[in-house]
Amino acid sequence: MATGHDDHHHGPAKGITRWLYTTNHKDIGSMYLWFSFMMFLVGGTFALVIRAELFQPGLQFLEPNFFNQMTTMHGLVMVFLAVMPAFVGLANWMVPMMIGAPDMALPRMNNWSFWILPFSFLLLFSTLFMESGGPNFGWTFYAPLSTTYAPSSVTFFIFAIHIMGMSSIMGSINIIATIQNMRAPGMTYMKMPMFVWTWLITAYLLLAVMPVLAGAVTMMLFDIHFGTSFFNAAGGGDPVLFQHVFWFFGHPEVYIMILPAFGIVSEIISTFSRKRLFGYDSMVYATASIAFLSFIVWAHHMFTTGMPLAGQLFFMYSTMLIAVPTGVKVFNWVTTMFKGSLTFETPMLFAIAFVVLFTLGGFTGLMLAASPADFQYHDTYFVVAHFHYVLVPGAVFSIMAAAYYWLPKWTGHMVDENLGRLHFWLSFIGINVLFFPQHFLGLAGMPRRIPDYALQFADFNMLSSIGAFIFGFSQLLFLFIVIKTVRGGKKATAEVWEGSHGLEWTVPSPAPYHTFTVPPVIK
Amino acid sequence: MKDKHQSSLSKLVAKLALAVVGMFAFGFALVPLYDVICEITGLNGKTGGRYEYQAETVGVDESREVTVQFAASNNAGMSWEFRPMQNQVTVHPGELTEVTFYARNPTGKRMIAQAIPSVAPSRSADYLRKTECFCFTQQVLEAGEEVEMPLLFFVDQAIPGDIHKFTLSYTLFDVTQNFAGRDLSAK
Amino acid sequence: MLPTIKKRVNKLWSGTVLMCLAALLPALGLAAEVNMPRGVTAISRDTYDLHMTIIWVCVVIGIIVYGVLVYSLIKFRKSKGAVASTFHHSTKLEIVWTLIPFLILVGVAIPSTEVLSRIYDTTESEVDILVTGYQWRWQYRYLSDEGEEVAFFSNLTTPQEQIQNEADKGEHYLLEVDEPLVVPTNTKVRLLLTSADVIHAWWVPAFAVKKDAIPGFINESWFNVEEPGIYRGQCAELCGQLHGFMPIVVNAVDRAEYDAWLAEKQEAAAAVAELASQEWTLDQLVAEGQGVYTTFCVACHQANGQGLPPAFPALTGSPIATGPIEDHIDVVLHGRPGTAMAAYGALLNPVQLAAVITFERNALGNSTGDMVTPVEILEALAAE
Repeated sequence: MATGHDDHHHGPAKGITRWLYTTNHKDIGSMYLWFSFMMFLVGGTFALVIRAELFQPGLQFLEPNFFNQMTTMHGLVMVFLAVMPAFVGLANWMVPMMIGAPDMALPRMNNWSFWILPFSFLLLFSTLFMESGGPNFGWTFYAPLSTTYAPSSVTFFIFAIHIMGMSSIMGSINIIATIQNMRAPGMTYMKMPMFVWTWLITAYLLLAVMPVLAGAVTMMLFDIHFGTSFFNAAGGGDPVLFQHVFWFFGHPEVYIMILPAFGIVSEIISTFSRKRLFGYDSMVYATASIAFLSFIVWAHHMFTTGMPLAGQLFFMYSTMLIAVPTGVKVFNWVTTMFKGSLTFETPMLFAIAFVVLFTLGGFTGLMLAASPADFQYHDTYFVVAHFHYVLVPGAVFSIMAAAYYWLPKWTGHMVDENLGRLHFWLSFIGINVLFFPQHFLGLAGMPRRIPDYALQFADFNMLSSIGAFIFGFSQLLFLFIVIKTVRGGKKATAEVWEGSHGLEWTVPSPAPYHTFTVPPVIK
Repeated sequence: MKDKHQSSLSKLVAKLALAVVGMFAFGFALVPLYDVICEITGLNGKTGGRYEYQAETVGVDESREVTVQFAASNNAGMSWEFRPMQNQVTVHPGELTEVTFYARNPTGKRMIAQAIPSVAPSRSADYLRKTECFCFTQQVLEAGEEVEMPLLFFVDQAIPGDIHKFTLSYTLFDVTQNFAGRDLSAK
Repeated sequence: MLPTIKKRVNKLWSGTVLMCLAALLPALGLAAEVNMPRGVTAISRDTYDLHMTIIWVCVVIGIIVYGVLVYSLIKFRKSKGAVASTFHHSTKLEIVWTLIPFLILVGVAIPSTEVLSRIYDTTESEVDILVTGYQWRWQYRYLSDEGEEVAFFSNLTTPQEQIQNEADKGEHYLLEVDEPLVVPTNTKVRLLLTSADVIHAWWVPAFAVKKDAIPGFINESWFNVEEPGIYRGQCAELCGQLHGFMPIVVNAVDRAEYDAWLAEKQEAAAAVAELASQEWTLDQLVAEGQGVYTTFCVACHQANGQGLPPAFPALTGSPIATGPIEDHIDVVLHGRPGTAMAAYGALLNPVQLAAVITFERNALGNSTGDMVTPVEILEALAAE
């Protein structure tokens, strides 16, 4: 049962080759997490460049074409290189331990899944320095702006997307294989931790839609270089086809970016309420429902393209429907806290902020679902506010919460609570000053993706930019906290948190290089 | 134990990899699927191809009138003169009508154009039956050449009663590059 | 005594929070400058009402959910001695809080469907206008059954000095054009939208109309403006670098004024054909050309003709603007495929073309003394 490997008590290899060749899920998890943190800072820098230009009306710093490159790269880096790899990193670290498995099912493919990511980043980033400039057509890269009218660097962009897609696909195959095949005896599906459930469902979503994105960019490649007309009316094609194919990927993609967050928040709230997650079964079914529904809502991103009424109504109804299972999850979290015994360590602060602010993003999502109203919101800062609320105090806060929650397990040291609390409040205040005014900018008529704006939008833009700099620079504090915790701090026990439950809290802190080489038995 | 684990793992991974390939193929399948849905629903105002008109089977509904507006646009970089010779016609459903579009190539080079039709409201597209249209083929004009291009059509009797007007718009694209060297004379 | 004081402080705190919340609610409605406009059409008002309805639904749900949350955060703190209960499921509760939101959504879907159905009814319009998005301006063409077609471009008129922060910004900074779209009030106006290049979107918040302009296809929308006035909007789909600089201005006037304006425009269209054949002097063409250059060329080639190389070449001393006239005419008429230089032969009339070419050859640091007349442009167009 035990592999011969553990009979030799050697630790990990030394030096850089350790990291290049490792197949250890903890090492790979750490690499994903560090990579995603660096990417978060890169994407964040692009955002600060944007907000610096938008601080005042008029063009102060940037040419409009470069501004478009900044908005495009900010989106691409944050989605594909920051948020998604961070969740994969958390999955790598935690899923094997949570199910009592010694490692991921396919450890060597795991290494590849990670290492192609820095390569794809360099490919994408290098386009900014090419003569034609980098991609400037938005992270949603609609045709024909991204085909006939694209800068010549678009081909590199397409290859980068292919590589990032392959990384996600390989990672998802690994996660599914691990969860389905390597659970400890006695751990039935309905006994798995919520983080494992949400990642299982997310991995299936990824397998279903990343290949469709690959198809979309391949069609782009063919239109650009091989004279096809997928998206060109002249040859019998249709630019709107691009949008259908893209959003068929794109909508499940945003659920891919939030389901693991739901899992993390479920773990944390339960721990710090000292109470079992309320409605576990319901939470599983709700997550699965959200995943199914996410396939039939995509055209709510396309309400202004001129779909026939029947299509428009279908997508409006399905989009409203998806609010139901999402609401169920929020109610279950709140009920977990109700009549619990609450403490407010940093992970819990981020988790509570998630519940409050993600719900706010959900409310604006419901507003956007109403198609006639959407005609006023679409492509304005109202949408920008909506998705940043669900992604930043949503997905990103959950990643920070997870980091604060599991750092003691990874490093063996407790995090300095005062610093963590400071990081939380600076981020919380910064984020709301940054994004809340943007709702009103959109309602007042400000379109998105513009480097300059009419005077009535000036005050709220200035406020938003101030919030951006507060939030942005607070993340340097987070970097400091993480490094400080890696290097030292109050010694952590195996249990770490008083209310914690789960297999990961039965191993020492820091977790040994190899854990559960002998599978535990679950009763 | 290890072998059984290994084989069930391999089977699972194979299935998942197959699913990935399948979804990639599905992405491409969306292309013809989209076309089919467009034709069935008249989505995006996409009109059908050539329609075979048989006067005996299509009666003219004298009790109704529908106004068909015409519009002509050039895509960027297309410098031809292109305009309908009639701005609009009012017809009875079932009545075969002919209109002409004028085109002229003002450049010093032979050029090939493709006219792409689009109808608004898109739900009318289904009921526009073209029996002869310059949009069915590419149009070749030598330097300085001009032409009057016919469009023969009728409005299907099944058109919903509340539609009294719809617009047929053509966008002219320069496809000289795409058809360079090809012999289009047979068309 | 201490517990009683603590109780009072708690009550005070909860009370303050509740009062703040209560004050926010009416404030939401009062904050007109930051809310969606009611607009000037029946559809825009219905859209606004739908928007407010959904906001209130969310406010009520929010009060309940956040209320329970905040209550839990205060009442069930371990530091206050709370001991965790052990309940962890209730099928009844799950059913209730699945069903009630579902019913609320049905309640929201019904008015949404009703308003949407009215928005989709484009029949029985009296005025039809073909709107074409270009990089980076809108073109309006009034479809009519007879007479000279009225067509014009609508260009941003905000001067570069304002954008570059060298001059104070005007009141309608970035929302002003040379030729607004003129429409009659109390008339169903139908828009047919398309694009000549990439996807754009036409949006006027006061009408609650936003529709994509897609190359090769036409889309439809309509509005019926009840109040005369000037209404401003912007392009609402990323279309390249000057996406933020192609605004929409609509001038809604009463029917009589509209009819008069249209007639005047039809006469002017007929007059342009005549204008082309009249006698022009070099100075007249340069003066005319200055206006054309400022509207159509400045964004890329810059006011001083220096351009922004390598993407936008300089015109000052350029081989095109100082070399053979035929080459200059060719570039302006037919553009340079594969670059951002569009084919202006399709966008400008012969007078404008002749004027801008003459201007470029005799200003911006150039002084060739060459003159290109509208007749020469017409001849160039007719037979190279």
